[in-house]
Amino acid sequence: MTDLAVRTPVKGRSLWGDAWGRLRANRAAVVSAVYLCVMIIACVAGPWISPHGFSTIYQDYVRVPPSFKPYPADDTIEKSLEGAASRARVEIAEWREEGESVVARVTSSKTIDERITRYFDRTSAFENATAESRSPDGMQLTIRAQIERHRFLFGTDNVGRDLLTRTLIAGRVSLAIGLLAGLVAVIIGVLYGATSGFLGGRVDEVMMRIVDILYSLPFIFFVIMLVVFFGRNFVLMFLAVGAVLWLDMARIVRGQTLSIKRQEFVQAADALGVTQSGILRRHIIPNTLGPVVVYMTLLVPQVIILESFLSFLGLGVQEPMSSWGVLIAHGAKNIGTANWLLIFPSFFLTTTLFALNFIGDGLRDALDPKDR
Amino acid sequence: MPGEEAILQVRNLSVRFRTMDGIVEAVRDANFSVAARETVAIVGESGSGKSQMMMAVMGLLAQNGYAQGLADYRGVDLLKLTPRQLNHIRGRKITMIFQEPMTSLDPLYTIGDQLTEPIIRHQALSGGEAFDRAIELLDLVRIPEARRRMRSYPYELSGGQRQRVMIAMAIANNPDLLIADEPTTALDVTIQAEILALLEDLQKRLGMGLVFITHDLGIVRRIADRVCVMQSGKIVEQGATERIFTSPAHPYTRMLLEAEPEGRKQPPPKGSPTVLEGRRIRVSFSIGGGLLAPPPLELRAVDDVSISLRRGQTIGIVGESGSGKSTLARALLKLLPSEGIIRFAGRDLADLDRAAMRPLRRELQIVFQDPFGSLSPRLTAGQIVSEGLLVHEPSLSAADRDRRAAQALAEVQLDPSLRNRYPHEFSGGQRQRIAIARAIILKPKVVVLDEPTSALDRQVQKQIVALLRDLQDAHELSYLFISHDLKVVHAMADHVIVMKDGKVVEEGDTQRIFDEPHHPYTMRLMAAALSGEAVPDTPQSADETRTFPLTR
Repeated sequence: MTDLAVRTPVKGRSLWGDAWGRLRANRAAVVSAVYLCVMIIACVAGPWISPHGFSTIYQDYVRVPPSFKPYPADDTIEKSLEGAASRARVEIAEWREEGESVVARVTSSKTIDERITRYFDRTSAFENATAESRSPDGMQLTIRAQIERHRFLFGTDNVGRDLLTRTLIAGRVSLAIGLLAGLVAVIIGVLYGATSGFLGGRVDEVMMRIVDILYSLPFIFFVIMLVVFFGRNFVLMFLAVGAVLWLDMARIVRGQTLSIKRQEFVQAADALGVTQSGILRRHIIPNTLGPVVVYMTLLVPQVIILESFLSFLGLGVQEPMSSWGVLIAHGAKNIGTANWLLIFPSFFLTTTLFALNFIGDGLRDALDPKDR
Repeated sequence: MPGEEAILQVRNLSVRFRTMDGIVEAVRDANFSVAARETVAIVGESGSGKSQMMMAVMGLLAQNGYAQGLADYRGVDLLKLTPRQLNHIRGRKITMIFQEPMTSLDPLYTIGDQLTEPIIRHQALSGGEAFDRAIELLDLVRIPEARRRMRSYPYELSGGQRQRVMIAMAIANNPDLLIADEPTTALDVTIQAEILALLEDLQKRLGMGLVFITHDLGIVRRIADRVCVMQSGKIVEQGATERIFTSPAHPYTRMLLEAEPEGRKQPPPKGSPTVLEGRRIRVSFSIGGGLLAPPPLELRAVDDVSISLRRGQTIGIVGESGSGKSTLARALLKLLPSEGIIRFAGRDLADLDRAAMRPLRRELQIVFQDPFGSLSPRLTAGQIVSEGLLVHEPSLSAADRDRRAAQALAEVQLDPSLRNRYPHEFSGGQRQRIAIARAIILKPKVVVLDEPTSALDRQVQKQIVALLRDLQDAHELSYLFISHDLKVVHAMADHVIVMKDGKVVEEGDTQRIFDEPHHPYTMRLMAAALSGEAVPDTPQSADETRTFPLTR
């Protein structure tokens, strides 16, 4: 008998393993998962790689449309030079481009201070401006400045910030809120629902009535109250969204628990003398996890939308931080003049939601193949 | 019957399913035919493809299934028809009744609605005519007070009555061929016998062919003219019933015929001590009630039952569904609240709460009926078997637990190297062995076996019965064996209690109860179970005595 036990046991294929196999056979779900991974990596790493800071303002490039061409474009160099010159109260006598730098001779009716090169540095188009030579009377100055080339693949917003970087940083916020608040809702919901369903009777009554009461609070009113009392901040968003969404989860898990509780394997555990918490931990919760996982993939988009909605109303994250909802709100205001402000963030948001929903659908099919 | 023309001829029929794991062949190259007035039984174990074969003929395969071959109904190949054309034949000329009387009627419509619909559809009768015809049909299937029953909803009828309604629906359009897919499996034995008698009678009167799908050879012998034996998708033998039963040619058929549980249990030695004793046990449930509802009804599931189980003894508890036999056993294990005195090894259990019962749980174990529902699908066989050790011997290391689980699995004759597999990877019989291993790993004194063999094929049943008897001898176990299957009880128990409506109607040594039952109910049960004969119970049949207590 002992040598039987010593023999290496055959590895079993768990239900999770089976589900994983079925999920991998589902093309839409796999593509979505890959897309989502790319999106997450882009949102996390993108802002670090991007040459633009998410809050850097390029005064000269307000609302430039998306393009692959670098700014300043050749025809705008002169405008930039003139702008800088007029701020420095000098005039451009002549200018020429030499490779990646520009050389300009400026004149003035007064002596020119060499420090006016700063005015050129301050524009978004030039950097490292130096005074090359100065006329003896001091009324002419030759300035050499390097042209600073910027690319704005997604264009810039109303104050001249790079939209690509802002979209990625906004994605960070939206995805983080989505995943974390989703997770919070799932953990609270599963524990609460499973306990309520398993204990049953009067405890169940009381616990579910509490859920009903929370349901009856208007969500926006609840958030406004939180904002009034605690001020606006990021953590509050988690709390507000998480506090509302666990209610659905609790109901779903309770329903599952009620049906699992009547199954014979729970009775068998009871007959073995397993404690209530043991039954809950080993038998009930693992068996509710299938629907829970599915629900969670559908919950994350819901949270992202809720956050977008709050941000749209101005109750969410604050400038210069951003989320997709905030960006879309801005874009909506500029839909006539700068439609890219709306198009890019909404594309990111909707495709992410699509991907999450496809994964959710795939998981549902994978976990419960009978339903198809 | 010889001389009659064949209504249905099936030639080289194959049924395949596209699944995730590739193509699965459910039926391979099947050939058979049914003539008018003939009853053909298709027998085989679960998964042998017997249902799928007829589903294919009816065009009722699941989405991923497809059939090849020929199913010739009076010159028309059923497999080549469009669903529309098929609808002219099925439901009218070929009809089917299913196993589950609980789910095959739509709960939202009255019996009358469901019965008149196919009549109006297929016979172009007016509503009134169809109504009269429906009443005729209900009379034909012997449902009393047919006119009143037309307005009943399915939940108001008992299982047997529902099956009668299903039969009435099936014969409504004078079919040529009736396909009955395990029509009596979900019913109690006495009702089963009545339904069989009804089918036989209807077949004679209407002159239709009958295809009877079943796993129960007792029924086959009683009802069928010819038998097709199926094994893993193939018809391995077919022939006249008499011939199959007297001189089976194929080894598989022989095995099926020999798969009756056999042997007898010897009573324990005279002075062996009483382990578990219940005196005047009562269990009642209240139904309904609440703030605005009428006062709750009290349903007494177990009424004043006394029982005493000695060491090494097996008490068989028999009775029909709803007789309170499972409730009694659960009450004795304190899994349900009850009144009365329960003693285990001389100790009164009545006042013990959950925590105080816990140390005693290892002595009192239970094995359930459904080998699919009683094992948690997310745990491995090893984890399931060793769960009791976690509770009762928490000091054991994980390696020790694993070793003990392997030993227990070996003891129930399962390969211990399979212990990391999950329940869905085992067959029904293997799962039941896992459930038994879970019960015996704690070395209990009393094991309640709640229909442990009912969900299993005959052959597996026989093996499990042998296993349970071996374990009993090895560990001096005492069994409470609950079953509605009297043949298994005969092989397992040395003492029998017959229950009806929560009360004990008769009790005694197994041999005595089987040989000379005293109580009329016991006699009826024996007759139905052992010879398949329906014994009419005056003044009403057994089916109708089970009126529903819930309708006020």
